[in-house]
Amino acid sequence: MFPDWIIDVLFWVAVAFLAAVYVSWRATRLDRLHVRVETARAALDAALVRRAAAALELAASRLLDPATSLVLATAAHEARTADADNREFAESDLSRALRAVVDQPEFASTLEAKSDGQAVLEELSSASAKVAYARRFYNDAVAAARIARRKLLIRVLPLAGRAPLPGFFEIDDAPPGI
Amino acid sequence: MKVGIVCPYTWNVPGGVQQHIGDLAEALIGFGHQVSVITPADDDARLPSYAVSAGRAVPVPYNGSVARLAFGFLSSARVRRWINDGGFDVLHVHEPAAPSLGLLACWAAAGPIVGTFHASYQKSRVVSVTAPILQSALEKITGRIAVSEAARKTLVEHLGGDAVLIPNGVDTERYAMAEPLPGWPGRAAAGAARPDAGGALGFLGRMDEPRKGLQTLLRAFEILGRERPGLRLLLAGPGDADDVIARVPPELRPRVVVLGMVSEADKIRAYHSVDVFVAPNLGGESFGIVLAEAMSAGAPILASDIEAFDRVLLGGRAGALFPVGDAAALAAAAGALLDDPARRKRLSAEARAAVRAYDWSSVARDVVRVYETVAVDSAVVVESGLGA
Repeated sequence: MFPDWIIDVLFWVAVAFLAAVYVSWRATRLDRLHVRVETARAALDAALVRRAAAALELAASRLLDPATSLVLATAAHEARTADADNREFAESDLSRALRAVVDQPEFASTLEAKSDGQAVLEELSSASAKVAYARRFYNDAVAAARIARRKLLIRVLPLAGRAPLPGFFEIDDAPPGI
Repeated sequence: MKVGIVCPYTWNVPGGVQQHIGDLAEALIGFGHQVSVITPADDDARLPSYAVSAGRAVPVPYNGSVARLAFGFLSSARVRRWINDGGFDVLHVHEPAAPSLGLLACWAAAGPIVGTFHASYQKSRVVSVTAPILQSALEKITGRIAVSEAARKTLVEHLGGDAVLIPNGVDTERYAMAEPLPGWPGRAAAGAARPDAGGALGFLGRMDEPRKGLQTLLRAFEILGRERPGLRLLLAGPGDADDVIARVPPELRPRVVVLGMVSEADKIRAYHSVDVFVAPNLGGESFGIVLAEAMSAGAPILASDIEAFDRVLLGGRAGALFPVGDAAALAAAAGALLDDPARRKRLSAEARAAVRAYDWSSVARDVVRVYETVAVDSAVVVESGLGA
Protein backbone atom coordinates (compact mmCIF):
# COMPACT_ATOMS: atom_id res chain seq x y z
CA MET A 1 0.00 0.00 0.00
CA PHE A 2 0.95 3.66 -0.27
CA PRO A 3 2.77 5.25 2.61
CA ASP A 4 0.57 7.58 4.68
CA TRP A 5 2.25 10.75 3.58
CA ILE A 6 1.32 10.11 -0.08
CA ILE A 7 -2.34 9.86 0.88
CA ASP A 8 -1.95 13.15 2.76
CA VAL A 9 -0.31 14.85 -0.21
CA LEU A 10 -2.95 13.55 -2.61
CA PHE A 11 -5.67 14.78 -0.29
CA TRP A 12 -4.27 18.30 -0.14
CA VAL A 13 -3.66 18.37 -3.89
CA ALA A 14 -7.32 17.48 -4.39
CA VAL A 15 -8.42 20.19 -1.94
CA ALA A 16 -6.25 22.79 -3.70
CA PHE A 17 -7.62 21.72 -7.09
CA LEU A 18 -11.24 21.98 -5.97
CA ALA A 19 -10.58 25.38 -4.40
CA ALA A 20 -9.01 26.58 -7.64
CA VAL A 21 -12.00 25.36 -9.65
CA TYR A 22 -14.36 27.12 -7.27
CA VAL A 23 -12.43 30.41 -7.33
CA SER A 24 -12.24 30.28 -11.11
CA TRP A 25 -15.97 29.68 -11.32
CA ARG A 26 -16.63 32.66 -9.06
CA ALA A 27 -14.32 34.80 -11.16
CA THR A 28 -16.12 33.78 -14.36
CA ARG A 29 -19.44 34.61 -12.80
CA LEU A 30 -18.24 38.02 -11.65
CA ASP A 31 -16.81 38.70 -15.08
CA ARG A 32 -20.15 37.81 -16.65
CA LEU A 33 -21.89 40.26 -14.30
CA HIS A 34 -19.46 43.01 -15.30
CA VAL A 35 -20.06 42.30 -18.98
CA ARG A 36 -23.79 42.47 -18.34
CA VAL A 37 -23.40 45.88 -16.68
CA GLU A 38 -21.39 47.18 -19.62
CA THR A 39 -23.87 45.87 -22.19
CA ALA A 40 -26.77 47.34 -20.24
CA ARG A 41 -24.93 50.67 -19.98
CA ALA A 42 -24.40 50.72 -23.75
CA ALA A 43 -28.09 50.01 -24.25
CA LEU A 44 -29.03 52.77 -21.80
CA ASP A 45 -26.75 55.31 -23.53
CA ALA A 46 -28.19 54.34 -26.91
CA ALA A 47 -31.73 54.76 -25.58
CA LEU A 48 -30.95 58.19 -24.10
CA VAL A 49 -29.34 59.38 -27.32
CA ARG A 50 -32.30 58.15 -29.28
CA ARG A 51 -34.78 59.91 -27.02
CA ALA A 52 -32.90 63.21 -27.30
CA ALA A 53 -32.83 62.77 -31.08
CA ALA A 54 -36.58 62.13 -31.14
CA ALA A 55 -37.18 65.26 -29.03
CA LEU A 56 -34.97 67.32 -31.35
CA GLU A 57 -36.74 65.92 -34.37
CA LEU A 58 -40.10 66.94 -32.93
CA ALA A 59 -38.72 70.40 -32.07
CA ALA A 60 -37.42 70.85 -35.62
CA SER A 61 -40.47 69.40 -37.34
CA ARG A 62 -42.45 72.66 -37.73
CA LEU A 63 -45.38 70.81 -36.21
CA LEU A 64 -45.12 72.84 -33.00
CA ASP A 65 -45.32 76.48 -32.07
CA PRO A 66 -41.87 78.15 -31.71
CA ALA A 67 -42.01 78.43 -27.90
CA THR A 68 -42.69 74.71 -27.44
CA SER A 69 -39.98 73.90 -29.97
CA LEU A 70 -37.51 76.02 -28.01
CA VAL A 71 -38.33 74.32 -24.69
CA LEU A 72 -37.84 70.88 -26.23
CA ALA A 73 -34.71 71.73 -28.21
CA THR A 74 -33.03 73.33 -25.18
CA ALA A 75 -33.79 70.38 -22.90
CA ALA A 76 -32.63 67.86 -25.51
CA HIS A 77 -29.44 69.81 -26.16
CA GLU A 78 -28.67 70.08 -22.43
CA ALA A 79 -29.17 66.34 -22.03
CA ARG A 80 -26.82 65.60 -24.94
CA THR A 81 -24.01 67.89 -23.81
CA ALA A 82 -24.12 67.45 -20.01
CA ASP A 83 -20.95 66.13 -18.38
CA ALA A 84 -20.94 63.01 -16.22
CA ASP A 85 -21.84 64.91 -13.03
CA ASN A 86 -24.85 66.67 -14.50
CA ARG A 87 -26.05 63.92 -16.81
CA GLU A 88 -28.72 62.56 -14.50
CA PHE A 89 -30.18 66.03 -13.81
CA ALA A 90 -30.21 66.98 -17.49
CA GLU A 91 -31.92 63.73 -18.51
CA SER A 92 -34.53 64.18 -15.77
CA ASP A 93 -35.13 67.70 -17.05
CA LEU A 94 -35.69 66.34 -20.55
CA SER A 95 -38.27 63.87 -19.16
CA ARG A 96 -40.09 66.74 -17.43
CA ALA A 97 -39.94 68.96 -20.50
CA LEU A 98 -41.36 66.16 -22.66
CA ARG A 99 -44.21 65.58 -20.23
CA ALA A 100 -44.95 69.31 -19.99
CA VAL A 101 -45.10 69.55 -23.78
CA VAL A 102 -47.02 66.36 -24.53
CA ASP A 103 -49.49 66.73 -21.66
CA GLN A 104 -50.79 70.02 -23.04
CA PRO A 105 -54.51 69.72 -23.76
CA GLU A 106 -55.26 68.36 -27.23
CA PHE A 107 -51.54 67.94 -27.97
CA ALA A 108 -51.58 64.38 -29.29
CA SER A 109 -54.78 64.79 -31.29
CA THR A 110 -53.54 68.05 -32.88
CA LEU A 111 -50.28 66.44 -33.91
CA GLU A 112 -51.89 63.28 -35.21
CA ALA A 113 -54.03 65.37 -37.53
CA LYS A 114 -50.94 66.71 -39.29
CA SER A 115 -48.91 64.74 -41.78
CA ASP A 116 -45.84 63.07 -40.22
CA GLY A 117 -47.28 63.91 -36.79
CA GLN A 118 -48.26 60.33 -36.10
CA ALA A 119 -44.81 58.98 -36.96
CA VAL A 120 -42.96 61.56 -34.84
CA LEU A 121 -45.20 60.88 -31.86
CA GLU A 122 -44.79 57.12 -32.23
CA GLU A 123 -41.01 57.51 -32.32
CA LEU A 124 -41.04 59.72 -29.23
CA SER A 125 -43.32 57.36 -27.30
CA SER A 126 -41.17 54.37 -28.22
CA ALA A 127 -37.91 56.17 -27.35
CA SER A 128 -39.26 57.30 -23.96
CA ALA A 129 -40.48 53.81 -23.08
CA LYS A 130 -37.12 52.31 -24.01
CA VAL A 131 -35.26 54.76 -21.73
CA ALA A 132 -37.38 53.53 -18.82
CA TYR A 133 -36.78 49.86 -19.74
CA ALA A 134 -33.05 50.29 -20.36
CA ARG A 135 -32.56 52.13 -17.08
CA ARG A 136 -34.42 49.45 -15.11
CA PHE A 137 -32.31 46.72 -16.74
CA TYR A 138 -29.09 48.66 -16.12
CA ASN A 139 -29.82 49.28 -12.45
CA ASP A 140 -30.80 45.62 -12.08
CA ALA A 141 -27.43 44.55 -13.52
CA VAL A 142 -25.59 47.07 -11.31
CA ALA A 143 -27.36 45.76 -8.19
CA ALA A 144 -26.39 42.16 -9.03
CA ALA A 145 -22.76 43.14 -9.67
CA ARG A 146 -22.52 45.19 -6.48
CA ILE A 147 -23.92 42.36 -4.38
CA ALA A 148 -21.38 39.97 -5.92
CA ARG A 149 -18.56 42.43 -5.25
CA ARG A 150 -19.46 42.61 -1.58
CA LYS A 151 -18.88 38.86 -1.05
CA LEU A 152 -15.93 38.02 1.18
CA LEU A 153 -14.07 35.91 -1.38
CA ILE A 154 -14.20 38.68 -3.97
CA ARG A 155 -12.93 41.27 -1.49
CA VAL A 156 -10.08 39.08 -0.23
CA LEU A 157 -8.88 37.86 -3.64
CA PRO A 158 -8.52 40.50 -6.36
CA LEU A 159 -11.04 38.70 -8.59
CA ALA A 160 -12.69 41.91 -9.76
CA GLY A 161 -9.43 43.07 -11.31
CA ARG A 162 -9.41 46.78 -11.97
CA ALA A 163 -13.08 46.98 -12.99
CA PRO A 164 -14.61 50.02 -11.27
CA LEU A 165 -17.58 49.48 -8.94
CA PRO A 166 -20.56 50.32 -11.17
CA GLY A 167 -22.92 53.07 -10.01
CA PHE A 168 -26.70 53.27 -10.33
CA PHE A 169 -28.26 55.66 -12.84
CA GLU A 170 -31.04 57.56 -11.11
CA ILE A 171 -33.31 59.80 -13.16
CA ASP A 172 -36.95 60.71 -13.45
CA ASP A 173 -37.89 58.69 -16.54
CA ALA A 174 -41.68 58.67 -16.34
CA PRO A 175 -42.74 58.73 -20.01
CA PRO A 176 -45.09 61.37 -21.44
CA GLY A 177 -48.67 60.20 -21.80
CA ILE A 178 -48.86 59.69 -25.54
CA MET B 1 -36.29 40.17 -35.60
CA LYS B 2 -35.82 36.47 -34.84
CA VAL B 3 -37.30 35.63 -31.48
CA GLY B 4 -37.02 32.35 -29.62
CA ILE B 5 -39.66 31.87 -26.90
CA VAL B 6 -39.38 29.22 -24.20
CA CYS B 7 -42.58 27.87 -22.65
CA PRO B 8 -42.11 25.96 -19.38
CA TYR B 9 -45.45 24.12 -19.25
CA THR B 10 -47.11 21.53 -21.47
CA TRP B 11 -48.64 23.30 -24.44
CA ASN B 12 -51.95 21.45 -24.69
CA VAL B 13 -52.80 21.73 -20.99
CA PRO B 14 -54.82 24.93 -20.54
CA GLY B 15 -53.01 27.52 -18.47
CA GLY B 16 -52.37 31.22 -18.20
CA VAL B 17 -48.70 31.06 -19.17
CA GLN B 18 -49.33 28.90 -22.24
CA GLN B 19 -52.13 31.16 -23.41
CA HIS B 20 -49.96 34.24 -22.83
CA ILE B 21 -47.20 32.75 -24.98
CA GLY B 22 -49.55 31.69 -27.77
CA ASP B 23 -51.15 35.14 -27.93
CA LEU B 24 -47.77 36.89 -27.78
CA ALA B 25 -46.32 34.68 -30.53
CA GLU B 26 -49.28 35.36 -32.79
CA ALA B 27 -49.12 39.11 -32.17
CA LEU B 28 -45.37 39.13 -32.91
CA ILE B 29 -45.87 37.16 -36.11
CA GLY B 30 -48.55 39.67 -37.01
CA PHE B 31 -45.95 42.44 -36.66
CA GLY B 32 -43.71 40.54 -39.11
CA HIS B 33 -41.23 39.00 -36.66
CA GLN B 34 -39.97 35.43 -36.94
CA VAL B 35 -40.99 33.44 -33.90
CA SER B 36 -40.14 29.95 -32.70
CA VAL B 37 -41.59 28.57 -29.48
CA ILE B 38 -40.11 25.55 -27.71
CA THR B 39 -42.45 23.85 -25.29
CA PRO B 40 -43.06 20.56 -23.53
CA ALA B 41 -45.80 18.66 -25.33
CA ASP B 42 -47.32 15.19 -25.33
CA ASP B 43 -46.18 12.99 -28.18
CA ASP B 44 -49.46 13.10 -30.09
CA ALA B 45 -50.16 16.79 -29.40
CA ARG B 46 -50.94 19.04 -32.34
CA LEU B 47 -48.79 22.14 -32.12
CA PRO B 48 -49.15 25.39 -34.06
CA SER B 49 -46.68 25.84 -36.90
CA TYR B 50 -44.41 28.15 -34.87
CA ALA B 51 -43.98 25.70 -31.96
CA VAL B 52 -41.55 22.81 -31.55
CA SER B 53 -41.73 20.10 -28.92
CA ALA B 54 -39.06 19.52 -26.29
CA GLY B 55 -40.56 16.21 -25.26
CA ARG B 56 -43.01 15.24 -22.54
CA ALA B 57 -43.34 16.95 -19.21
CA VAL B 58 -43.60 14.77 -16.12
CA PRO B 59 -45.82 15.50 -13.13
CA VAL B 60 -43.70 16.13 -10.04
CA PRO B 61 -44.49 17.69 -6.68
CA TYR B 62 -43.14 21.22 -6.71
CA ASN B 63 -43.79 24.19 -4.45
CA GLY B 64 -46.80 22.69 -2.73
CA SER B 65 -48.63 21.34 -5.76
CA VAL B 66 -48.07 18.84 -8.55
CA ALA B 67 -46.68 20.58 -11.60
CA ARG B 68 -45.93 19.14 -15.01
CA LEU B 69 -42.33 20.07 -15.70
CA ALA B 70 -39.78 19.23 -18.36
CA PHE B 71 -36.25 18.59 -17.19
CA GLY B 72 -33.46 16.07 -17.57
CA PHE B 73 -30.85 15.27 -20.19
CA LEU B 74 -33.22 14.84 -23.11
CA SER B 75 -35.01 18.16 -22.63
CA SER B 76 -31.70 19.87 -21.98
CA ALA B 77 -30.19 18.53 -25.20
CA ARG B 78 -33.23 19.55 -27.24
CA VAL B 79 -33.14 23.09 -25.84
CA ARG B 80 -29.44 23.34 -26.69
CA ARG B 81 -29.99 22.17 -30.24
CA TRP B 82 -32.94 24.55 -30.67
CA ILE B 83 -30.83 27.51 -29.49
CA ASN B 84 -27.95 26.45 -31.72
CA ASP B 85 -30.10 26.07 -34.83
CA GLY B 86 -32.27 29.10 -34.15
CA GLY B 87 -29.79 31.96 -34.48
CA PHE B 88 -32.16 34.14 -32.45
CA ASP B 89 -31.69 37.88 -31.94
CA VAL B 90 -33.48 37.58 -28.61
CA LEU B 91 -34.32 34.64 -26.38
CA HIS B 92 -37.52 35.18 -24.41
CA VAL B 93 -37.77 32.83 -21.43
CA HIS B 94 -41.02 32.51 -19.51
CA GLU B 95 -41.06 31.65 -15.82
CA PRO B 96 -37.27 31.12 -15.69
CA ALA B 97 -37.38 30.35 -11.96
CA ALA B 98 -39.47 27.18 -12.46
CA PRO B 99 -37.39 24.00 -12.79
CA SER B 100 -38.44 23.42 -16.38
CA LEU B 101 -37.45 24.43 -19.90
CA GLY B 102 -37.01 28.10 -19.00
CA LEU B 103 -34.26 27.39 -16.51
CA LEU B 104 -32.61 24.94 -18.92
CA ALA B 105 -32.64 27.58 -21.64
CA CYS B 106 -30.98 30.15 -19.36
CA TRP B 107 -28.23 27.63 -18.64
CA ALA B 108 -27.74 26.75 -22.26
CA ALA B 109 -27.70 30.24 -23.75
CA ALA B 110 -25.64 33.41 -23.74
CA GLY B 111 -26.58 36.72 -25.33
CA PRO B 112 -29.66 38.95 -25.12
CA ILE B 113 -32.14 37.11 -22.88
CA VAL B 114 -35.50 38.49 -21.77
CA GLY B 115 -37.28 36.79 -18.88
CA THR B 116 -40.98 37.10 -18.04
CA PHE B 117 -42.11 36.31 -14.50
CA HIS B 118 -45.73 35.26 -14.14
CA ALA B 119 -46.10 33.65 -10.74
CA SER B 120 -46.76 35.46 -7.53
CA TYR B 121 -46.90 33.92 -4.11
CA GLN B 122 -46.94 35.17 -0.55
CA LYS B 123 -44.06 33.12 0.73
CA SER B 124 -42.25 30.10 -0.47
CA ARG B 125 -39.74 28.11 1.48
CA VAL B 126 -38.68 26.33 -1.66
CA VAL B 127 -37.64 29.49 -3.43
CA SER B 128 -35.57 30.79 -0.53
CA VAL B 129 -33.71 27.47 -0.39
CA THR B 130 -33.20 27.26 -4.14
CA ALA B 131 -32.34 30.93 -4.73
CA PRO B 132 -28.56 30.30 -4.76
CA ILE B 133 -28.99 27.51 -7.34
CA LEU B 134 -31.16 29.72 -9.53
CA GLN B 135 -28.90 32.72 -9.15
CA SER B 136 -26.27 31.89 -11.74
CA ALA B 137 -28.92 31.08 -14.36
CA LEU B 138 -31.08 34.09 -13.59
CA GLU B 139 -28.07 36.41 -13.66
CA LYS B 140 -27.84 35.83 -17.40
CA ILE B 141 -31.20 37.47 -18.04
CA THR B 142 -30.59 40.95 -19.43
CA GLY B 143 -34.14 42.26 -19.28
CA ARG B 144 -36.84 41.16 -16.87
CA ILE B 145 -40.57 41.62 -17.30
CA ALA B 146 -43.22 41.06 -14.64
CA VAL B 147 -46.83 40.57 -15.75
CA SER B 148 -48.29 42.12 -12.61
CA GLU B 149 -47.30 44.21 -9.63
CA ALA B 150 -47.69 41.10 -7.46
CA ALA B 151 -45.35 39.10 -9.72
CA ARG B 152 -42.83 41.92 -9.57
CA LYS B 153 -43.02 42.02 -5.79
CA THR B 154 -42.46 38.26 -5.63
CA LEU B 155 -39.39 38.64 -7.81
CA VAL B 156 -37.95 41.48 -5.74
CA GLU B 157 -38.56 39.74 -2.43
CA HIS B 158 -37.62 36.16 -3.24
CA LEU B 159 -35.03 36.30 -5.98
CA GLY B 160 -33.67 39.83 -5.86
CA GLY B 161 -33.49 42.15 -8.83
CA ASP B 162 -36.09 44.28 -10.49
CA ALA B 163 -38.34 44.07 -13.53
CA VAL B 164 -40.40 46.29 -15.78
CA LEU B 165 -44.15 45.86 -15.64
CA ILE B 166 -45.95 44.79 -18.80
CA PRO B 167 -49.39 43.44 -17.94
CA ASN B 168 -51.04 40.44 -19.54
CA GLY B 169 -52.80 41.12 -22.79
CA VAL B 170 -56.28 40.15 -23.86
CA ASP B 171 -57.17 39.29 -27.42
CA THR B 172 -60.14 41.63 -27.28
CA GLU B 173 -61.29 40.69 -30.78
CA ARG B 174 -61.78 37.07 -29.79
CA TYR B 175 -64.29 38.02 -27.09
CA ALA B 176 -66.09 40.77 -28.95
CA MET B 177 -68.79 38.71 -30.66
CA ALA B 178 -70.49 35.46 -29.72
CA GLU B 179 -73.92 33.84 -29.57
CA PRO B 180 -75.37 33.51 -26.06
CA LEU B 181 -75.53 29.97 -24.65
CA PRO B 182 -78.68 28.00 -25.53
CA GLY B 183 -81.51 28.87 -23.19
CA TRP B 184 -80.11 32.28 -22.32
CA PRO B 185 -81.59 35.35 -24.01
CA GLY B 186 -78.37 37.38 -24.04
CA ARG B 187 -78.01 41.11 -24.03
CA ALA B 188 -79.29 41.71 -27.54
CA ALA B 189 -82.78 41.16 -26.20
CA ALA B 190 -82.08 42.97 -22.97
CA GLY B 191 -83.77 46.21 -23.90
CA ALA B 192 -86.98 44.55 -24.99
CA ALA B 193 -89.58 43.38 -22.53
CA ARG B 194 -88.98 39.69 -22.00
CA PRO B 195 -91.43 37.18 -20.63
CA ASP B 196 -89.05 36.07 -17.87
CA ALA B 197 -87.91 39.70 -17.46
CA GLY B 198 -85.71 38.75 -14.53
CA GLY B 199 -82.32 39.12 -16.13
CA ALA B 200 -79.22 37.08 -15.46
CA LEU B 201 -76.12 37.52 -13.35
CA GLY B 202 -72.87 35.82 -14.30
CA PHE B 203 -69.73 34.68 -12.49
CA LEU B 204 -66.57 33.04 -13.80
CA GLY B 205 -63.71 31.73 -11.72
CA ARG B 206 -62.65 28.96 -9.37
CA MET B 207 -65.73 28.16 -7.32
CA ASP B 208 -63.77 26.46 -4.52
CA GLU B 209 -61.33 29.34 -4.04
CA PRO B 210 -62.64 31.65 -1.31
CA ARG B 211 -60.69 34.67 -2.61
CA LYS B 212 -62.76 34.65 -5.80
CA GLY B 213 -65.65 35.73 -3.61
CA LEU B 214 -68.39 33.40 -4.89
CA GLN B 215 -69.73 33.23 -1.32
CA THR B 216 -70.54 36.97 -1.41
CA LEU B 217 -72.36 36.58 -4.69
CA LEU B 218 -74.40 33.61 -3.45
CA ARG B 219 -75.51 35.57 -0.39
CA ALA B 220 -76.46 38.52 -2.57
CA PHE B 221 -78.42 36.17 -4.84
CA GLU B 222 -80.38 34.94 -1.81
CA ILE B 223 -81.57 38.52 -1.29
CA LEU B 224 -82.06 39.40 -4.94
CA GLY B 225 -83.53 36.05 -6.00
CA ARG B 226 -86.39 36.42 -3.51
CA GLU B 227 -87.13 39.98 -4.70
CA ARG B 228 -86.98 39.06 -8.38
CA PRO B 229 -88.70 35.82 -9.29
CA GLY B 230 -87.22 35.67 -12.80
CA LEU B 231 -83.58 36.37 -11.96
CA ARG B 232 -81.09 33.63 -12.83
CA LEU B 233 -77.46 33.05 -11.92
CA LEU B 234 -74.90 31.54 -14.31
CA LEU B 235 -71.73 30.15 -12.73
CA ALA B 236 -68.72 28.85 -14.64
CA GLY B 237 -65.31 27.70 -13.54
CA PRO B 238 -63.54 24.77 -11.91
CA GLY B 239 -64.99 23.46 -8.67
CA ASP B 240 -67.59 21.05 -7.31
CA ALA B 241 -71.05 21.96 -8.64
CA ASP B 242 -72.99 20.01 -5.97
CA ASP B 243 -71.04 21.79 -3.28
CA VAL B 244 -72.06 25.18 -4.70
CA ILE B 245 -75.72 24.21 -5.15
CA ALA B 246 -75.80 23.01 -1.54
CA ARG B 247 -75.01 26.54 -0.42
CA VAL B 248 -78.09 27.97 -2.18
CA PRO B 249 -81.52 27.85 -0.42
CA PRO B 250 -83.63 25.03 -1.96
CA GLU B 251 -86.31 27.30 -3.45
CA LEU B 252 -83.71 29.25 -5.45
CA ARG B 253 -81.77 26.22 -6.71
CA PRO B 254 -83.65 25.82 -10.03
CA ARG B 255 -82.49 29.31 -10.98
CA VAL B 256 -78.79 28.68 -10.41
CA VAL B 257 -77.00 27.11 -13.37
CA VAL B 258 -73.54 25.72 -12.71
CA LEU B 259 -71.58 25.04 -15.88
CA GLY B 260 -68.37 23.94 -14.17
CA MET B 261 -65.26 23.89 -16.35
CA VAL B 262 -66.13 25.32 -19.75
CA SER B 263 -64.38 25.34 -23.10
CA GLU B 264 -62.87 28.57 -24.38
CA ALA B 265 -65.76 28.99 -26.84
CA ASP B 266 -68.43 28.41 -24.19
CA LYS B 267 -66.66 30.81 -21.85
CA ILE B 268 -66.97 33.58 -24.43
CA ARG B 269 -70.62 32.68 -25.00
CA ALA B 270 -71.18 32.81 -21.24
CA TYR B 271 -69.93 36.41 -21.16
CA HIS B 272 -72.52 37.22 -23.80
CA SER B 273 -75.34 35.40 -21.99
CA VAL B 274 -75.63 37.53 -18.89
CA ASP B 275 -76.99 41.00 -18.19
CA VAL B 276 -74.51 41.80 -15.45
CA PHE B 277 -71.14 40.14 -14.97
CA VAL B 278 -70.15 40.06 -11.31
CA ALA B 279 -66.53 39.94 -10.11
CA PRO B 280 -66.87 39.67 -6.30
CA ASN B 281 -63.17 38.90 -5.64
CA LEU B 282 -62.01 39.53 -2.09
CA GLY B 283 -58.44 40.42 -3.02
CA GLY B 284 -55.19 38.80 -4.07
CA GLU B 285 -56.01 39.70 -7.64
CA SER B 286 -53.26 41.56 -9.45
CA PHE B 287 -55.03 42.34 -12.67
CA GLY B 288 -58.01 40.11 -13.24
CA ILE B 289 -57.79 38.58 -16.67
CA VAL B 290 -61.41 37.47 -16.26
CA LEU B 291 -62.47 41.08 -15.84
CA ALA B 292 -60.61 42.11 -18.99
CA GLU B 293 -62.25 39.28 -20.93
CA ALA B 294 -65.70 40.30 -19.74
CA MET B 295 -64.93 43.91 -20.71
CA SER B 296 -63.87 42.77 -24.19
CA ALA B 297 -67.18 40.96 -24.52
CA GLY B 298 -68.93 44.20 -23.60
CA ALA B 299 -70.60 42.73 -20.52
CA PRO B 300 -71.81 45.35 -18.03
CA ILE B 301 -69.62 44.73 -15.00
CA LEU B 302 -70.20 44.92 -11.28
CA ALA B 303 -66.96 44.36 -9.37
CA SER B 304 -65.68 44.60 -5.82
CA ASP B 305 -63.74 47.81 -5.25
CA ILE B 306 -60.35 46.17 -4.67
CA GLU B 307 -57.45 48.25 -5.92
CA ALA B 308 -56.74 46.25 -9.07
CA PHE B 309 -60.36 46.34 -10.25
CA ASP B 310 -60.75 50.01 -9.41
CA ARG B 311 -57.79 50.74 -11.67
CA VAL B 312 -58.90 48.54 -14.58
CA LEU B 313 -62.46 49.91 -14.40
CA LEU B 314 -61.20 53.52 -14.31
CA GLY B 315 -62.61 54.18 -10.86
CA GLY B 316 -66.11 53.02 -11.77
CA ARG B 317 -66.49 54.56 -15.20
CA ALA B 318 -66.08 51.31 -17.14
CA GLY B 319 -67.97 49.18 -14.62
CA ALA B 320 -69.87 49.59 -11.37
CA LEU B 321 -68.07 48.97 -8.08
CA PHE B 322 -69.36 47.78 -4.70
CA PRO B 323 -67.61 47.58 -1.28
CA VAL B 324 -65.60 44.36 -1.18
CA GLY B 325 -67.27 41.44 0.62
CA ASP B 326 -70.55 43.32 1.19
CA ALA B 327 -73.35 41.04 -0.06
CA ALA B 328 -76.14 43.55 0.68
CA ALA B 329 -74.35 46.29 -1.28
CA LEU B 330 -73.74 43.84 -4.12
CA ALA B 331 -77.46 42.95 -4.19
CA ALA B 332 -78.49 46.62 -4.20
CA ALA B 333 -76.03 47.58 -6.92
CA ALA B 334 -76.94 44.60 -9.10
CA GLY B 335 -80.64 45.42 -8.69
CA ALA B 336 -80.06 49.02 -9.73
CA LEU B 337 -78.13 47.89 -12.80
CA LEU B 338 -80.78 45.35 -13.80
CA ASP B 339 -83.41 48.10 -13.69
CA ASP B 340 -81.40 50.55 -15.78
CA PRO B 341 -80.78 49.29 -19.33
CA ALA B 342 -79.41 52.67 -20.44
CA ARG B 343 -76.71 52.61 -17.78
CA ARG B 344 -75.83 49.01 -18.67
CA LYS B 345 -75.43 50.02 -22.29
CA ARG B 346 -73.19 52.93 -21.33
CA LEU B 347 -71.03 50.76 -19.05
CA SER B 348 -70.72 48.18 -21.80
CA ALA B 349 -69.46 50.78 -24.31
CA GLU B 350 -67.03 52.30 -21.77
CA ALA B 351 -65.70 48.86 -20.88
CA ARG B 352 -65.01 47.99 -24.52
CA ALA B 353 -63.11 51.27 -24.92
CA ALA B 354 -61.15 50.94 -21.66
CA VAL B 355 -60.00 47.39 -22.35
CA ARG B 356 -58.18 48.47 -25.50
CA ALA B 357 -55.25 49.48 -23.30
CA TYR B 358 -54.88 45.78 -22.43
CA ASP B 359 -55.19 44.52 -25.98
CA TRP B 360 -52.48 42.18 -27.15
CA SER B 361 -51.36 44.54 -29.86
CA SER B 362 -50.35 47.23 -27.34
CA VAL B 363 -48.84 44.65 -24.98
CA ALA B 364 -46.84 43.05 -27.80
CA ARG B 365 -45.64 46.49 -28.88
CA ASP B 366 -44.18 47.06 -25.40
CA VAL B 367 -42.57 43.62 -25.43
CA VAL B 368 -40.94 44.40 -28.78
CA ARG B 369 -39.57 47.60 -27.24
CA VAL B 370 -37.96 45.50 -24.53
CA TYR B 371 -36.46 43.22 -27.20
CA GLU B 372 -35.05 46.22 -29.03
CA THR B 373 -33.62 47.60 -25.79
CA VAL B 374 -31.67 44.46 -24.92
CA ALA B 375 -30.69 43.38 -28.43
CA VAL B 376 -27.84 45.81 -28.97
CA ASP B 377 -25.59 45.69 -32.02
CA SER B 378 -25.73 42.45 -33.91
CA ALA B 379 -25.27 40.12 -30.95
CA VAL B 380 -27.23 36.89 -31.31
CA VAL B 381 -28.10 34.26 -28.77
CA VAL B 382 -25.48 31.51 -28.74
CA GLU B 383 -25.00 28.27 -26.89
CA SER B 384 -22.85 28.73 -23.81
CA GLY B 385 -20.54 26.33 -21.99
CA LEU B 386 -22.03 24.40 -19.09
CA GLY B 387 -22.79 26.73 -16.24
CA ALA B 388 -20.50 29.44 -17.55
